[in-house]
Amino acid sequence: MSEKERQFIVSVSPHIRSDVTVARIMWSVSISLLPALGMGLYFFGPRALAVVATCVVSCLVFEAGMQKWMGKPVTISDGSAFLTGLLLGMNLPASLWSFNPFLIHLPILGSFFAIVITKVLFGGLGYNIFNPALIGRAFLLISWPRAMTTWLKPTAGLLGMDAQTTATPLGILKEDGVGKLMEVFGTRTNLYTQLFLGHRAGSIGEVSVIALLAGGLFLLYKRYITWHIPITFLATVAILTWIFGGKDPQTGRMVLFAGDPLMHLLSGGLMLGAFFMATDYVTGPSLRAAQVLFGMGCGILTSIIRLVGGFPEGVMFAILLMNCFAPLLDRVIKTSPFGTVKTAAAVPGGPKA
Amino acid sequence: MPTFAGGIHPPDKKELSQSKPITYVKAPKRVVIPLRQHLGAPAKATVAVGDDVKAGAVLGTAEGFVSAPVHSSVSGKVIATGEFPMALGRPIESVVIENDGKDEWVPLQDDPSYMELPPEVIREKIKAAGIVGMGGATFPTAVKLSPPKEKKVDVVILNGAECEPYLTADHRLMIEKPKEVIEGLRIIMRALGVNKGFVGIEDNKPDAIEAMQNAARPWPEIRVCALQVKYPQGAEKMLIKAVSGREVPPRALPMDVGAVVQNIGTTYAIYEAVRFGKPLVERVVTVSGEAIKEPKNLLVKIGTLVTDLIEECGGLLNGAAKVISGGPMMGFAISSLDVPVTKGTSGILALPGSGLFHADTFGPCIRCSRCVDVCPMALNPGLLSVFAEKGHFEDAKAHNLFDCFECGSCAFVCPSKRPIVQLVRFAKSMVKP
Repeated sequence: MSEKERQFIVSVSPHIRSDVTVARIMWSVSISLLPALGMGLYFFGPRALAVVATCVVSCLVFEAGMQKWMGKPVTISDGSAFLTGLLLGMNLPASLWSFNPFLIHLPILGSFFAIVITKVLFGGLGYNIFNPALIGRAFLLISWPRAMTTWLKPTAGLLGMDAQTTATPLGILKEDGVGKLMEVFGTRTNLYTQLFLGHRAGSIGEVSVIALLAGGLFLLYKRYITWHIPITFLATVAILTWIFGGKDPQTGRMVLFAGDPLMHLLSGGLMLGAFFMATDYVTGPSLRAAQVLFGMGCGILTSIIRLVGGFPEGVMFAILLMNCFAPLLDRVIKTSPFGTVKTAAAVPGGPKA
Repeated sequence: MPTFAGGIHPPDKKELSQSKPITYVKAPKRVVIPLRQHLGAPAKATVAVGDDVKAGAVLGTAEGFVSAPVHSSVSGKVIATGEFPMALGRPIESVVIENDGKDEWVPLQDDPSYMELPPEVIREKIKAAGIVGMGGATFPTAVKLSPPKEKKVDVVILNGAECEPYLTADHRLMIEKPKEVIEGLRIIMRALGVNKGFVGIEDNKPDAIEAMQNAARPWPEIRVCALQVKYPQGAEKMLIKAVSGREVPPRALPMDVGAVVQNIGTTYAIYEAVRFGKPLVERVVTVSGEAIKEPKNLLVKIGTLVTDLIEECGGLLNGAAKVISGGPMMGFAISSLDVPVTKGTSGILALPGSGLFHADTFGPCIRCSRCVDVCPMALNPGLLSVFAEKGHFEDAKAHNLFDCFECGSCAFVCPSKRPIVQLVRFAKSMVKP
């Protein structure tokens, strides 16, 4: 081919792009969840695996099916539906997979709500208002409260098939108070250690704080997420539960500055929510200052629900409620484009080297 | 190290050409010289087909204040006039000259006492030489050096950042002609009556920093500053911020904060024009990219066709998929190699098809905030792109659409590969500023 006949691509600048893609982000977040998933499987056994796998497969099938049906390109390779399925599964109790055929439907129904109702009907990736996995879970929790709060006892071992059930630490705290919690775990050190490792009842992916922290730090290190949401979320919960979380054991009345922030940080779905759900790009604000407010809002709502609400745990509802406010937060933050802030009349010596 | 907020770190690829000394390209048989190579009114042709011209002869005179004359880069005969295709796509009225190969120049005169010339004479010489901003914006330099009385300019900044990947033309000029560039800076300072001069150079060019520091040593009023390596450090507003600490407000000019910025190539041309009366008829062009056989820095006659330059560099490799006039961040992809080098052509790049050099499909904005973090103007580019996509142009305007200078940092980092710059340009064309 002579150079005269060569055809060249003509497109708009910039002509070079970074190698970060949506697919790479979604798959990286999925990978960062693997340690926590592994711990969940270790404590809750093959039933946990069945719940998570059902969610992942259902989400992929629902997304591909809806896109085919609507005549749109099938984009499940971008990893976003896989991630939604993974997060939904990790937010469910392992007890959902049982030999009661009715309950087997729950992960599938949750996936339907997550993908079809929450995501696709709102316009697909980038347009959903609410975190799909959390809506899936909220739908199940409200519709099947008994099944969704039946927690398997963690049984260390690869084939732990113990069908015994128990309450979550936050559930014990809410129902019977801190005294009972101490009775169950013995010492505070033991309580913290068990919570940190994940040896406790709870949703499959939320139990192991150490594994979640490993995944969260990986995301921070790779800059897939920034500190703004998770750190403010965690800090707000710690401060509020410390101030308002204490109770007089005799009278049951609130004692200020006597709460146990560490216990609150380590329990429930806080770590999973703060690092992996509240940080969802689509359903959170995009300005960093708005993200700080978003994280604080999540923390305030979580603390209110945990301390005075009807549910033992509030992370899910806190994030979903703050999802509503995300666009508003972006709007109330006043940004100052370059050159609109008065700068000092610098110059004489020039910059300091 | 001084810099600005935001910005990106694209692979700089300067290693392909930064060690190649500037080489002179033999003038081609034919040059195509457009009458508009600058912002403002096109020059008015003063030659006709059949005329004999010498190198440096005027082909068109400036029409109005914001305009620039155009000169012949070779000696020979005018064989055609008319509209010819340009790198930017739109055909422009041009003069085609057949080179007689004699390289006969209009008389040039060395004026060794050029530093004593009064400011008006300096400006006149710069205007007569047809000098325009050679970084790509091509704003007539004489206009830039004639601030209205009420604007008090107190600092001149030379832009040695050259933050676009691949480009090394200014880098080589600073290494090979540092004294001349510093003289050019002193001329500019004299023309503006300013006694403070800075040269901002990105820290990835230590040899250029050293050469310029040595050349500037006799002049205490001139300081060479190393700047953090970050795109777009060479954008006028970002450079002023990094060097002087001042922010140019939206829709204002550098002179509003007392600064005038000049490109390195322009400054060299100013030196040649004021000292020798030499018009701007040649410039340094980096020819580079992974699909160029032998990347080089070339001293090129204005009007030389891109195809001649590529031949000079051994031709294109087979994988060549895209040819760009300028840098990869803000340059223009060209469809034909039969377009001339103009005063604003800083580089010609040939890139292979592998890699993400163009986006034929793109995804929705997932609001990941990467563009918000990198935008040097502190805008929300993703939101602007969504407004443009949905036709909400007034909303885009309310979100400071017109502050965007299209550096492309947002599109570079976008994981959905959205053509944010294109969408911003579209929105700009749909509303009044």
